[in-house]
Amino acid sequence: MNSARLQPLTYWLLLLIGVAAPMLFPDYTNQIAVLWLMIVFALTWDILGGQMGYNSLGNIFFFGAGMYVSAVTQIGLYYDVGMYTSAARTTHIAFSYSQYFTGFALGTVTGGLVSAVLAIGVGSFVFGLRGPYFAIGTLGIAVAAAELVSSWEWVGAASGISLPVFPGGPETQKLFFYFLLFALSFILLLFLRWLYSTNFGLAINAIRDDEEKAEGMGLHTRGYKRTALVIAAFFLGLSGAIFGNMTGFIEPRDIAFPTTTFNIFMVLMVLLGGKGTLWGPVVGAVVFHVIKEVTWTYFLGWQYVTLGLLIVIIVVYFQQGIVGWVMEKYPERFGIQIAPKEPEEIPRTAGLATQPGGAE
Amino acid sequence: MTSNVRITAVLAALGLSCSAGGAQAADCGTINLGAALSATGIYASNGNNTKKGYEFAVKKINDAGGVKIGDKCYDFKITYYDDESTPARAAQLVERLIGQDDIKFVLGPYSSPMTKAILPVTEKYKTPVVQAEAASRSLFTQGYKYHFGIVATSEKYLTPVIDMAAEQAKKAGKDPSSVKVAMIFQDDSFSLDVRQGVADLMKKYNMHAIIDDRMPKDLNDLTAFFTKVKAVKPDVLLISGHEKGAATAARQMGEHHTDVPLIGVTHCESAKVAQDFPKIAEGFVCPTQWDETMKASDPLFGTAMDYNNQIKAVHPEYKAVPYQTAQASVAIYVWKDAFERAGSLDQEKVRQALIKTDMPTFYGHVKFAEDGSNPGKTIVMRQIQDGKFVVVAPPAVAAGPVVYPRAVNY
Amino acid sequence: MQQIIGNITVLEAAPILNLGLLIDGLLIGAIFALAAYGLALVWGVMNVKNLAQGDFIMTGGYITWFLGNHGLHPLLGLPVACVVLWCIGWLLYRVVVSKVITRDLFTSLLATFGIAIVIQQGLNLAFGPDTQSAQADLPTWELAGGMITIPATRAIGFVFAALLAVAVIVFMKRSRMGQAIRATAQDARAARVLGIDTEKVYSFTFCLNAAICGAAGALVAVVWNVQPFMGTTYSIRLFVVVTAAGFGNLPGVIAAGFGMGVFEQFGGFILGAQYQQALIVMLLLIVLAVRQLQNLHLRQAVQ
Repeated sequence: MNSARLQPLTYWLLLLIGVAAPMLFPDYTNQIAVLWLMIVFALTWDILGGQMGYNSLGNIFFFGAGMYVSAVTQIGLYYDVGMYTSAARTTHIAFSYSQYFTGFALGTVTGGLVSAVLAIGVGSFVFGLRGPYFAIGTLGIAVAAAELVSSWEWVGAASGISLPVFPGGPETQKLFFYFLLFALSFILLLFLRWLYSTNFGLAINAIRDDEEKAEGMGLHTRGYKRTALVIAAFFLGLSGAIFGNMTGFIEPRDIAFPTTTFNIFMVLMVLLGGKGTLWGPVVGAVVFHVIKEVTWTYFLGWQYVTLGLLIVIIVVYFQQGIVGWVMEKYPERFGIQIAPKEPEEIPRTAGLATQPGGAE
Repeated sequence: MTSNVRITAVLAALGLSCSAGGAQAADCGTINLGAALSATGIYASNGNNTKKGYEFAVKKINDAGGVKIGDKCYDFKITYYDDESTPARAAQLVERLIGQDDIKFVLGPYSSPMTKAILPVTEKYKTPVVQAEAASRSLFTQGYKYHFGIVATSEKYLTPVIDMAAEQAKKAGKDPSSVKVAMIFQDDSFSLDVRQGVADLMKKYNMHAIIDDRMPKDLNDLTAFFTKVKAVKPDVLLISGHEKGAATAARQMGEHHTDVPLIGVTHCESAKVAQDFPKIAEGFVCPTQWDETMKASDPLFGTAMDYNNQIKAVHPEYKAVPYQTAQASVAIYVWKDAFERAGSLDQEKVRQALIKTDMPTFYGHVKFAEDGSNPGKTIVMRQIQDGKFVVVAPPAVAAGPVVYPRAVNY
Repeated sequence: MQQIIGNITVLEAAPILNLGLLIDGLLIGAIFALAAYGLALVWGVMNVKNLAQGDFIMTGGYITWFLGNHGLHPLLGLPVACVVLWCIGWLLYRVVVSKVITRDLFTSLLATFGIAIVIQQGLNLAFGPDTQSAQADLPTWELAGGMITIPATRAIGFVFAALLAVAVIVFMKRSRMGQAIRATAQDARAARVLGIDTEKVYSFTFCLNAAICGAAGALVAVVWNVQPFMGTTYSIRLFVVVTAAGFGNLPGVIAAGFGMGVFEQFGGFILGAQYQQALIVMLLLIVLAVRQLQNLHLRQAVQ
């Protein structure tokens, strides 16, 4: 654990980068803001997928739920939501300065909280599912949410909702949302760093390594699993609320519950960076997002073929991820004495402590 | 990062020099327009039609000496991105066009959902948008000041069919309120707006919808719907679901021997129902924004028929020219006109010029209202008669009466 | 709500429609059953959940449609689609699937999901995003004064699906390879000890499934239509079918396939087309919930 000494410096550096980035690259503010969102995605996915061994394919549900709850709160505070979203409406509705910010603040918090509450319900259903059924079940929830919101007229059905317009100029708006997303991801990172160092972190790692055994040793796995999901859902809900307002227009299938884009990016970024480590998801998100933004538009229609190939290649050939790979290559830097590569090489006596995932 | 920027610039330049092509006067400046269009995903076919329309008009204008501002001339160039038929991506790309590619004037994407997603962005940057591919009325009720839409709004798409049904009922000595309507609409903002227009008019006639279904974006089976249609025997059947909806409906109507005297369907041309299902599609009444027999003309493209012939010469694959292509060309023409009247490349001045747009085109007159729409634009209804599109409404431009009941022989 | 009640009244008033919907559902369900059988085979034998199943079907459909455009009757396109898909299956097995069989289940799920994306987008690039259907130019039969219509294409699709299913089942029961496959499914290690080349069995099973999908796709192109992005819906449907029946229960899978077809027709009729998609997903969740309850019982029994 000698890497811990290096870490305060890393966090200060990240803070500096986050604050300086919009000043250094003002044209790219929005893309960097989305990068922080991606980091939130990756970090929250890794709580369950990496640290706890529950591979969810439906985390996007909480993102979309937060987005819609916040939108409904923001509008519902001042107007009738059904009227606002109705296709028959012909008048323009404007929000005042104070209306916007009161609504936004309340909406975001409500979005996060409702997502967390939903997670309790979802958790009691999905955590009974084992292995691949868990992945399929969570994916099912996300797809079902997209379909149901698409036919729910009160929230605008598939037409979506145009959110209240930000009352400031474009530069202010950009920076406003940039710093919100940056703060969210930074706080999340610090929070998880603390969380993984507590007993809670050890408990969810134990669930990943052998749930039955953990249960047998008196661990209340159900409670830990639910709490982990609630934490992920809360942060995803907040990010959804912020991103919805940043985009200005939300709709169910492609923005709120995009099961084949953001939802898959989450998993992919974590796998790319390194599952079950604190920094892996961050590294994966940065690498993935930067490559995607720089190259994406030059694929001219081939971008999704590339994405598919990327998934296959990462999953099949590079599943330990960047951080995992570095750990294998230079185990001494991470304070690991023995760094087994293949599972069958693990000495039977020292299996747990030397898992790459246990490094943090 | 700087090297990134350089690579971006070089690649962009390469891309542009390839796409623009054609003969250009060397001493002309350039006006850069930007567009996020769907090259992949469900809207790709009409995204492609739109692009052909843009490209055709750009070439036409550039060949004719470009845009004249004062005594200088400018050529149009368009920077394209693929929005992947997803609204979130479209918004990000427009952000990028404005922020990084320094685009001052934006062309619309294809479809209402995409446009709905980009307008908050363009509005934020006070960047004018002229779009010709998004008809949802809800686009014009948000108070956007930099948005100009050329097309007739979507609530007008299928209302003429309701009028026709009412008229036929009167002819038969019945009250219009006795007309039974069955309808199915895709659940996206465009189709739901079409539905809203129909629903409003039906209320006026006191008509009754006996089936009012919506179809999800990726549903390919309407068997249950057509079974219902068979059971309740409506007088009018309305279908709006882009290309997929029209093609699926045509196919399954044939399988169910659907026997409704009056059928209104959107996107007939781009779904190629007249070609692929000639027997079944006979008698479909289809709304179009534009028809080559329309009596409209302008100094650049000539008459509607001239445009039709010119674009068919460039794109022989068009059996019937989709209106999406025609209106895309008009958008470029509107930009040219606005730049020349503004006499400047200043966004605000060009916007003022756009507001005052009042010009004839081969597509119909363009004159923007305060909300940015073009209220003078009407929808033309065509019926598929003997495999050909015949204009049947409005009466002023009709080439013949509507065949009622439709002559179908399974 | 009124609409729903109205729709039920319609069904009550014209009971013959129930029969019509039932026939439609069964005719379509046959294709689901066929493809679900393939999915269950791969699932049971190799423990790989193929999320690209629907996209294999679309590929088969596009091959048939493409050949149809070049003058080959779609029903003759079917064997070609089988062969091509067999080859694609073999290639994918070599490059990807063989590498993930021994890994955890999430890996195979993600890897096949990646394949699904590649196929979808590849089809889109090759054939464009339009909806296409192979024209068989066959009549539609009318029964009960036109209240029931049976398109000949669907009936033929049904017969083909049934023949194929029977062929596969007989093959599994009688042939040497079929026996090896079943042995591997029961206990791969024991099969290996007894001299069965399980690697070959896996490869064969995956190819067989791909070929079955090719056939199902050909039928889909004739009976319905194909579109590059529609594969996902099929994958979800098939997952529901197989999860509901349990992958070891092949007759159950076939029955559930028919059930799916009928369920969709009645659901779409009563609730309206807008819920047809949502219904499938809800059904998946319900099936999972029921399975979970069953597991709970099982756990108690063990204790």
